[in-house]
Amino acid sequence: MVSVNGNNHSNALIQVRNLDKKYQRGSEEIHVLQGLNLDVDEKEFVAFMGPSGSGKTTLLNLLGGLDLPSAGSITVAGDEITHMSARKLTSWRARHVGFIFQMYNLIPVLTAFQNVEMPLLLTTLSKSERRSHVEAALSVVGLADRMPHYPRQLSGGQEQRVAIARAIVSDPTFLLCDEPTGDLDRHSADDILNLLEHLVEGFGKTILMVTHDPRAAERAKVVLHLDKGVLIEGQKRADSL
Amino acid sequence: MKFFPFLLANLLRKKVRFTMTIGSFTVALFLYCLLATIDASFKQGVEVAGADRLVVINKTSIIQPLPFSYRERLMQLPGVKHVTYAIWFGGIYQSEKNFFPQMVIDVKGHRQMYPEFKIPEKQWEAFLKDKEGCIVGRKTLEKYGWKLGGRVPLRGTIWPGTWEFNIRGIYEGSRNEDDLTQFWFHYDFLDERRPPEFGKGTVGWYMVKVQNIDRAAAVVAAIDKRFANSAYETKTDTEKSFAADFVKQIGNIKLIMLSVGGVVFFTLLLVTGSTMSMSVRERTGELATLKTIGYSDITVLLLVMAESLTIALIGGIIGVLSGKLYTLIGDPTGGLLPTFYLAPPKMVSGLWLALLIGMLSGILPAFFAMRLKIVEALRRT
Repeated sequence: MVSVNGNNHSNALIQVRNLDKKYQRGSEEIHVLQGLNLDVDEKEFVAFMGPSGSGKTTLLNLLGGLDLPSAGSITVAGDEITHMSARKLTSWRARHVGFIFQMYNLIPVLTAFQNVEMPLLLTTLSKSERRSHVEAALSVVGLADRMPHYPRQLSGGQEQRVAIARAIVSDPTFLLCDEPTGDLDRHSADDILNLLEHLVEGFGKTILMVTHDPRAAERAKVVLHLDKGVLIEGQKRADSL
Repeated sequence: MKFFPFLLANLLRKKVRFTMTIGSFTVALFLYCLLATIDASFKQGVEVAGADRLVVINKTSIIQPLPFSYRERLMQLPGVKHVTYAIWFGGIYQSEKNFFPQMVIDVKGHRQMYPEFKIPEKQWEAFLKDKEGCIVGRKTLEKYGWKLGGRVPLRGTIWPGTWEFNIRGIYEGSRNEDDLTQFWFHYDFLDERRPPEFGKGTVGWYMVKVQNIDRAAAVVAAIDKRFANSAYETKTDTEKSFAADFVKQIGNIKLIMLSVGGVVFFTLLLVTGSTMSMSVRERTGELATLKTIGYSDITVLLLVMAESLTIALIGGIIGVLSGKLYTLIGDPTGGLLPTFYLAPPKMVSGLWLALLIGMLSGILPAFFAMRLKIVEALRRT
């Protein structure tokens, strides 16, 4: 279940309360998010839509612990992240969040296998354990046969699938996707969206996705609209009701 | 170790730049080794000087002789254990560029004074029996392709004429720094052949071995006092101090070395620092991604530092090994640097120096990477 009124759902996986984010640009103060509330349960697939500058990416950054709010709180699986030190927040991100970017953000000099292995290098897993985790993640995204390939040897869709494998390899609590299909053709975009759906339906992942693309948003269970820093509840997909 | 493939991949992403940076370190470290070897070679006399040995020269100048009779008088002084003498011959072998030190020695006292030089007993015996015999250091023997039993002609510059010698022995050193280029022959051979007006009955300098090192200063003072107000006043010093003064006469070698080395290493620091900065700036997005997926600021800093240190270490090792190989070829000056030897501690200090430069050149880019704000960096990519 997903709600934006902030007065119920005390057991939600993600709880956002009265979230404010302001930027100072010269003498001007820009209010990007204003008193935002949000509750997201496990296994939800939420899409955030809105015009440019509406605060979608800012919200995603705050939920992922990449940025700090001006006011309000974010609690994920019982951890309030808004008051964590930078060091704690870093290790929290490594354990709980999988990031998927529009431009894939793979490291070009590493193979698909090595890219997916990067988050695991921070863990205490042995080499063979890391290998089996990476192979499993790449199998989930359908790229088990592309392990030794470098990003330049893959198509855009394949690169994004490697990025998804990197995001899920450490089995995070939730995934944050920033325009994951924004740089892909329709066919590849559909593949990626199918994969994200599969992660929710088949693996019970929770996904929060920012997108401009209505066709991508349609695939989410819930679509929320952000406008001038305020979150408005949108439609729910028929099969999620 | 688990980050090694990542480190290697980053280093090799721009192969030309990587090679050039390594090359800068190699050249700088090669130069360091060369300067260190030259410096050590100049100071070799000081380093290997015997702590219990004194040098007694004519107070006016080292080129002025001292009477042969001083030997007995020196022996009578309290604290003196042993006395020997020598003369600089200064002959030429074939051509003036073929320089090696030729010493006219006191065959009876020489080995006792210089136990660090090793000569097979049989060879020494053969040398004693042959007044025209000579003992040659292994390096000089090899350099000119001489053989034991061979005959060597020297053209005299102080004492005219051609002087021919039979090679009766080859000496070795007991330390790597020992000078193996000298050529020794009998005092009697010179003294019998030189005319009276060419210093007959005199020696170039005396070497005195003291009984107690702690009393060396007192013996020095006693020697000079003993010969004060005579026709041949003396100037006595410890061998170490004598050798150090000799080096000083050439000039401030250390300052020259430090100036050249300093400029080279400062340039290297700028070049490597700029390369590392460029490399980090190009990877701003990747570094932000690493931080996003959970790499801490410190881990990112260490990864960048590791790259810089790896470059320094590889370049350093190649440079130091090249330097060592070069010194193994031998003295490039044809005799001015008799012990052209790069000691292992100098090689190690060269590697430490390379690592220091690697660390200094990597610290600013690493700090930049550490302080990188994820959101801003991701927005820029």
